Amino acid sequence: MMRRLVLFVPLVLFAVMALLFKVMIGHDPTELDLARKGQALPDFTLTDLQNPEQRWTQADLLGKPYLLNVWATWCPSCRAEHPVLVDLAQREGVRIVGLNYKDDRAAAQQWLVKLGDPYALTLFDEEGRFGLDLGVYGAPETYVVDAQGTLLYRHVGVVTQDVWRNTLAPLLNGPAGGSQ
Amino acid sequence: MILPELGHWALILAFGIAILLATVPLIGAWLGDRLWMGVARPFAVAQMLMISAAFAALSLSFLTDDFSVKYVAGNSNTLLPWYYKLSAVWGGHEGSLLLWALILSGWTLAVALLSRSLPEEMVARVLGVMGIVNVGFLSFILFTSNPFLRLLTNTPTDGGDLNPLLQDIGLIMHPPLLYMGYVGFSVAFAFAIAALLGGQLDAAWARWSRPWTTVAWAFLTVGIALGSWWAYYELGWGGWWFWDPVENASLMPWLAGTALMHSLAVTEKRGLFKSWTVLLAIFAFSLSLLGTFLVRSGILTSVHAFAADPARGEFVLMLLLITIGGSLTLYALRAPAVKSRISFSERSRETFMLVNNIILVVATLTVLGGTLFPLAAEYFGKEVSVGAPYFNLMFMVLAPALVIFLGVGLSSQWKDTRPGVLLKQVPLLAVVSVPVAFVIPLWMGELTFSAVLGMFLASWLIMATVRDVQHKCGSRGWRVGWLKTTRSFKGMVLGHLGLAVLIIGATLVSNYTVEKDVRMTPGDAHTLGDWVFRFDKMDHLQGPNYLSDQGHFTVETTEGKVVGQLHPEKRRYVVSGNMMTEAGIMAGLWRDLYISLGEKLPGDEVWAVRLHVKPFVRWLWLGGLLMALGGTLAVMDKRYRFRRSKPAPQPEVSSSDASSAALPGETS
Repeated sequence: MMRRLVLFVPLVLFAVMALLFKVMIGHDPTELDLARKGQALPDFTLTDLQNPEQRWTQADLLGKPYLLNVWATWCPSCRAEHPVLVDLAQREGVRIVGLNYKDDRAAAQQWLVKLGDPYALTLFDEEGRFGLDLGVYGAPETYVVDAQGTLLYRHVGVVTQDVWRNTLAPLLNGPAGGSQ
Repeated sequence: MILPELGHWALILAFGIAILLATVPLIGAWLGDRLWMGVARPFAVAQMLMISAAFAALSLSFLTDDFSVKYVAGNSNTLLPWYYKLSAVWGGHEGSLLLWALILSGWTLAVALLSRSLPEEMVARVLGVMGIVNVGFLSFILFTSNPFLRLLTNTPTDGGDLNPLLQDIGLIMHPPLLYMGYVGFSVAFAFAIAALLGGQLDAAWARWSRPWTTVAWAFLTVGIALGSWWAYYELGWGGWWFWDPVENASLMPWLAGTALMHSLAVTEKRGLFKSWTVLLAIFAFSLSLLGTFLVRSGILTSVHAFAADPARGEFVLMLLLITIGGSLTLYALRAPAVKSRISFSERSRETFMLVNNIILVVATLTVLGGTLFPLAAEYFGKEVSVGAPYFNLMFMVLAPALVIFLGVGLSSQWKDTRPGVLLKQVPLLAVVSVPVAFVIPLWMGELTFSAVLGMFLASWLIMATVRDVQHKCGSRGWRVGWLKTTRSFKGMVLGHLGLAVLIIGATLVSNYTVEKDVRMTPGDAHTLGDWVFRFDKMDHLQGPNYLSDQGHFTVETTEGKVVGQLHPEKRRYVVSGNMMTEAGIMAGLWRDLYISLGEKLPGDEVWAVRLHVKPFVRWLWLGGLLMALGGTLAVMDKRYRFRRSKPAPQPEVSSSDASSAALPGETS
């Protein structure tokens, strides 16, 4: 009888997994809702990735709308996304602020040397505190922030030309984003 | 044109036929009605004809640029060359599902045609179970992902273009091969379910499903190798495995399939591990379905992900519940729960194969866990990302264990190995492998732990295989002895050597790749290792659907002898605006020279260029091909060809065990 019960183990494990799928199915990872939507960017004081002496706070970023891109060298999708960001920065002059998330400073610096640096500046969030305040789910993520430092939108996952054209660009250049 | 409608009708007809195939033969087998069982084969043929017609209709819509079909408009473009138009058929979600169904019908047809020697009941059940799976997939296509939907009111004049990443020869072949593997496991699955339904889990069942499993496994191996090769040259950063959820989705059935293939061998030869083998057959195909689910439900983010659609996700979950849940329930109720009376000692080949089976299953679960853990963590409100470090660490532990036991297993015998034999054989493997493990890394460059370990394992495996061949050849001498061995033995040898070659490739390319990022302008030269890379000039070309900056590089040895020309490109696809890097690669058995163009830097024709020298990288895919070749050879064994005339031989089972297997319900 015991041996017969053992044969039920795979079924039970599968049931648990199916339950997990069931509860997670409704959510679309690329469109997580943003708890802080319409609110100001959370406070932070972070060092610059390239220059550990340089400290940035949210006040330094005000004045022009920008994309806040969360990335890390441990994230393969970030690598796939990177050429798009470089292209946006170079070709269209988009202002992108990098948030290097839970990463190694030297590795991240080297990454930018190798793959090109699309960022106006890169914040170094080694322990992920700011990421936690912001509600970062994983890398890559890209936030649209307007000139007053208000969070307008979050995109989870890789930014492609399509995402830029159809979603991010209208927000960044739109009435809320563009009003300076 | 009415062509898409014809395709749509063919698909609906195929759906109807699949429903008949999924019900009539199974009821016939239950009632013992020969007429009802007999319709399975004609239905399998009709189903294949209808799905082929649907697939042909969709292909023709692509070739004729019929942008009134929504799926064509979204995935093709007039500027595409004809062969990419054809491969665009499976470039998106809907079409790739249709390919899935086509391949499933193809496997069903193959089973129908090549099963003359099987009992009628078994054929009816196997084809019926495959029909059930196809009903699931065809309903998924028809109700949520129909590729024949039209855009009649505002037909676009041109299409949105195929994702440039997919405009490549590797990607023409990759999905069909991968699906041949995924779907091929449905045969072993169907045999397992049929055996559970019939209550006849004997060695004959294992014997029938073995060649099918091996063929599917060989296809999957080539498919995965091709995917890795494609990522290597197309993504432009010289990596070959990324532990991306979609890659994991193909690795899991491969690992489970590898375990199944070996477990089937034990079940066929010795009548052991019956319940375990059936479970693995269910497991391998379930993971193939799960892979399809993970990619399409949008619950995991991935570079490969198709568009997320909750309705589709719900539908696939239902399908999974029915197929996997149903088969596991059947397994729990019907699998033999009695302890086998066939004995084997702890020094027998059975023991070592069981250990390696468990290691392979643990590896599969490790990948499954790593892939699903972020999802579970998210449910509990935590943010977790499981990346390459986790998977690499796990495989650095599991792969050595697997290879060590594989070497010991090859030195052992069925039932029992005489005491002392292993103690004599195994140290011999180590005596040869330890020096190799140090000499090769020293010769390549720096001595690192992973390089020493990798070379030790490769040498261990090769030595054990060679010793096994020597043992098999006996006193006949190498040449005559080798020719006398069966094809399935040769296949096994080739497969294991393929694994060794793969390990060598992975170890050396991970440890001894040299890369350099440089700023170059035409006329510059850079030295990397033993090679000089000279940047001759930059061309600006127009491709069929892209604009390209093409670099011309000459590679010379440090003595000044020209080795060849490389042409890395940076392409801008006009319709979608996507940028693509096409690496310039000079392939070689001992090393690849690899150049990828970075971005254009300020100044006249100043470019960021990345130079790589990748030793032994080809061995990765060569190893995969050898493994697949081994599988192919094993299937060509004589005993499979003559099975028509001879009844399946009885395995070495005691009579009490055979009767208990036939009546599993009464044994627990």
